[in-house]
Amino acid sequence: MVAVLEVRDIWKAYDTLEVLKGISFDVQKGEVKVIFGPSGSGKSTLLRVINMLTPPDKGEVFLCGQSLMDSKADLCKLRTRIGFVFQNFNLFAHLKAIDNVSIGPRLVLGMTKEEANDAAHRALEKVHMSNWSHHYPAQLSGGQQQRVGIARSIAMNPEVILFDEPTSALDPELIGEVLQVMLDLAQEGTTMVVVTHEMGFARAVSSEMIFMDKGVVVEKGTPQHFFQDAQSERAKHFLRKLEVLYGQSETEKT
Amino acid sequence: MTRGLPTALALTFLSLLIGFLVGIGLALMRVYGPIELRWISSGYEKIFRGIPLLVLLFIFAIGLLRLFLWTGSLFNALFTASIFALALRSAAYQSEIFRGAIMSVDPGQMMAARSLGMTDYQATRKIILPQALRLSVPGWTNEYAVVIKDTSLVSAIGVPELIYHGMAFSWTYPALFLGIITVTSIIYFLFTYPVTKYVGESMTSKLRSLGLGGGR
Repeated sequence: MVAVLEVRDIWKAYDTLEVLKGISFDVQKGEVKVIFGPSGSGKSTLLRVINMLTPPDKGEVFLCGQSLMDSKADLCKLRTRIGFVFQNFNLFAHLKAIDNVSIGPRLVLGMTKEEANDAAHRALEKVHMSNWSHHYPAQLSGGQQQRVGIARSIAMNPEVILFDEPTSALDPELIGEVLQVMLDLAQEGTTMVVVTHEMGFARAVSSEMIFMDKGVVVEKGTPQHFFQDAQSERAKHFLRKLEVLYGQSETEKT
Repeated sequence: MTRGLPTALALTFLSLLIGFLVGIGLALMRVYGPIELRWISSGYEKIFRGIPLLVLLFIFAIGLLRLFLWTGSLFNALFTASIFALALRSAAYQSEIFRGAIMSVDPGQMMAARSLGMTDYQATRKIILPQALRLSVPGWTNEYAVVIKDTSLVSAIGVPELIYHGMAFSWTYPALFLGIITVTSIIYFLFTYPVTKYVGESMTSKLRSLGLGGGR
């Protein structure tokens, strides 16, 4: 079976700063891939490269076997099949929650107003935001905004959703509601690539974790592998730091 | 004077409208256009911001009057020429207002629009411009206040607006000069202050409720 995403030898530099140095991985249908690592390791850049918000200098990305870098490829069409959830939500500030979610299906997928509204309502239902559909983003809490952001992605019915540190900009008490929505999605079999430091989430649903540092993949493996048997010094060191930060030992929980 | 007021308001309305359309175009060229268009746009702004309105009026209404004679009468030709001068100058200022507003829309908005698969045209039209236009309203009311008062300069080329009628009246009754000029001032004030105050305040609170416009 063709992988949903194939990322092949991605290189990206800003001026002389090499951010990504030959990153490759595949994402199969239904997989949840967690990417983690110190800040500045290129994780966010990597996600933006996957849907070509930031075109790479070298390398290739395939969505279901179709190259996104092919000059003949209709990039806008391909992007409709890749959801993106931003760290800062980036909801459209002048649109109510419901319109934030329905504008994609209506404008880009060409649905009628009713169809798009139906799709938007279903998506908002999934993230438990139906009661807030007529609020503007500025009237919602961070956690609520992020859930609308997730709804905006799933309303497009994409092949894969990319999450760029979806809980990093949230107050601690709001992180749970967003993670719960993401857990639900994962358990429904949604294909996801998640950049996050939420190791509880990674442990619960990720099929593979990728540890990045300084623009390269240092180590890959299952959650069990990382929490019991991490090989590289850098990964071990980083996981230890996360434990200190969150005040509990991830390794002890298994 | 009652005949001068509609002329002054028509001049204001039409120049602002044309200035708006040209200004938006210039701002889009300046922000998104290729280098040649950016160059044209910024050149236009520099030229029209650098020439006094009175000189522009002389250029259009005297130097280029022949171009406007198709309008039928001398009044129409002068009126049209003044609108050109006012509108093209206002366009230069308005394009600066819109350019600032477009650039102050969070870049994340464009990224989010692209990530949904919108074309740059769709993203600009449905996401960026609606926000930029809201952001530009406070600056735009200021431009309105400037233009409505600048229509008074049009009297210099003989278009019978408020000032022109006021002056003609005071030539007949020189003793009433101060009274006439006071009434004229009050009329300008009444059409400026309440509008800028009302629009400015309602828009500022609207922007705040959308989390746009920063600060506070």
